[in-house]
Amino acid sequence: MRKVRMAFTGNEAVAYAMKQINPDVVAVYPITPQTEIMHSFSIYVADGEVDTNLVTVESEHSAMSACVGASAAGARVMTATASQGLALMHEILYIASALRLPIVMPVVNRALSAPINIHCDHSDMMGSRDSGWIQIFTENANEAYHSVILGVKLAEKVNLPVMIGLDGFIISHGMEVVETLPTEEIRNFLGERKPVYSLLDVDNPITVGPLDLQDYFFEHKRAQIEAMEEAREVIPKVHEEYNKKFETNLPDFVEPYKIEDAELGVIAMGSAAGTMKEVVDKLREKGKRVGLLRIRIFRPFPSGEILKYTKHLCALGIMDRAHSLSGLGGPLWTEVRSVFYGESCVPPDMNFIYGLGGRDFFMEDGEKIFDYLEKLVEGKEQSGSVKYIGLRE
Amino acid sequence: MVTLKELSRRGKELAPGHRACAGCMFPSIIKMVLNATDKPVVVANATGCMEVVTTIFPYTSWKVSWIHNAFENAAATISGVEAAYQVLKKKGKIDKDIKFVAFGGDGGTYDIGLQALSGALERGHDFLYVCYDNQAYMNTGIQRSGATPFSAHTMTSPAGKAIPGKQQKRKDLTEIVVAHGIPYAAQASPGYWADLVKKAEKAFSIKGPKFLNVLSPCPPGWGYPEEKGIEIAKLAVETCIWPLYEVEYGKYRITYKPKNKLPVIEWLKLQRRFKHILNNQKLIDEFQRQVDETWERLLKLEEATNK
Repeated sequence: MRKVRMAFTGNEAVAYAMKQINPDVVAVYPITPQTEIMHSFSIYVADGEVDTNLVTVESEHSAMSACVGASAAGARVMTATASQGLALMHEILYIASALRLPIVMPVVNRALSAPINIHCDHSDMMGSRDSGWIQIFTENANEAYHSVILGVKLAEKVNLPVMIGLDGFIISHGMEVVETLPTEEIRNFLGERKPVYSLLDVDNPITVGPLDLQDYFFEHKRAQIEAMEEAREVIPKVHEEYNKKFETNLPDFVEPYKIEDAELGVIAMGSAAGTMKEVVDKLREKGKRVGLLRIRIFRPFPSGEILKYTKHLCALGIMDRAHSLSGLGGPLWTEVRSVFYGESCVPPDMNFIYGLGGRDFFMEDGEKIFDYLEKLVEGKEQSGSVKYIGLRE
Repeated sequence: MVTLKELSRRGKELAPGHRACAGCMFPSIIKMVLNATDKPVVVANATGCMEVVTTIFPYTSWKVSWIHNAFENAAATISGVEAAYQVLKKKGKIDKDIKFVAFGGDGGTYDIGLQALSGALERGHDFLYVCYDNQAYMNTGIQRSGATPFSAHTMTSPAGKAIPGKQQKRKDLTEIVVAHGIPYAAQASPGYWADLVKKAEKAFSIKGPKFLNVLSPCPPGWGYPEEKGIEIAKLAVETCIWPLYEVEYGKYRITYKPKNKLPVIEWLKLQRRFKHILNNQKLIDEFQRQVDETWERLLKLEEATNK
């Protein structure tokens, strides 16, 4: 397969993937740092390079609402947003997933207000972690590009919406080499969307989104839970199919990095995982047995994979680029801990909150995390404590 | 115009068994609007009485394709459906001529859904938005909305000892819609069925965004006997409280001018929500003043846009 190496920012890579996908309807609203996605895509529309009907809505709430309408009408539908935009969509996110609509949405991760900030953290997608969407966090522009294409296939296979996170500015505005695939091959791989039901099939009218009270609501929710469980089975298969077809190496739920024989391990998501790989390499050169488990798919949560790769560790650090303000620590950490609960012989663990509002995460910060874990093993730090990395205190 | 006989045979009315209150006007409004076209339609419905009483799972009263998304986004939802239709038709996946209709109550249209409506109108989608205006949030138990008339009693503007009902005049949504410069906007009343159907027919014949504001009397919310709905819908027009008019490409046309404009008291006295002002001449005068002002302005607009 002839792949073309392109110099793209994350946003350009995502827009280019969208162009290659050629969705029927894209409904978007501008927000930093997502805006370049819609700039680039609007040019593709204006130049007639796609057949897409671009709906330039008046808010993110309407963006998601129009996506729901278009997807229920049988179209292949995409949008993109960030931060406040995702928060404004919140109400409709739940409706999109419960109506089982395969909408695909890149989310350029940005801190939620207040204080207002335009830079990266994961509080936006963490705020919608229980909205019934499949959630993918990517490490770099190349992965974001492939995840958008794979996301369409996955969404339509399981009839669930998919959001793909890329770290604001760090990935969205950083220039990288992206290995792009031939458009024809992508379109063959995706085929046409074949909806089970469509509003436009007027000879067979359907009622979408009826009032559902005490006698059926619970069963419908249970069915939706089942759909997410089934997605867990489908996700690795779709990745396998994708990797085989496109000769890529996209990990599915998690990416283990030198963790199999490690003593100290760290769990991370997003671009900081790239930094942590460098830290692991550097410390390994010094003879330290350290490793990383990158979580790529956050929903459905990869419980089995986390246990498999971290149970043997002497200490585990969980990095959160968001705080849940729950009194418990970061959301990724609390979920990892709930996976551990009831398991015998799990490693002691610590939570590391880092990078809120775009605070840079340096290699020294990563080394500091492993220092803490060493101290944890030595009994000088307490399991279950929360540390703030890169913070002036 | 379609004959009454033909209208009754087009089959897009609600199926029997819906749970609307006795005397509710919107089942008739749905029937008149949807049957005004012989083309298939897809309906988007805002959260509200209409959605609630027509679709309690596993039943549906809708014989046409129908979607409910949320409260404030019927216009955005139908935008998406229409956008999908345009592109799928271009791609040759659909060959039918389909019409798109959104229904929202006054809460879902004047208030929480105004932004989505405005956006959809500005973008120029080919659809008809129908507001069934029962002048308050009825589904949640009668709270004041931007459409509630001056002095009306609702649960959030109660007729109290110090404050006699709603203190503000109603928002003129039809005029707000007209300001978007869309091809067609009109006000109608189920009390004048031929006028309503004619307006819906005209709306369906025009490409682009269209808007119909239809008064929808509500027995529990307004407090009148169930059988009086049509009479009250007519009186609203005869008193010029709810003028019947249309604005086609900027030209105003009042489609019915009462020969004898009745005083507002004739409409107010039939409804429990105005009971507290019936002996308060000052408030009745203020109500009358607001109605006269709007009516006079409308007459001038008609004159000015038809010179």
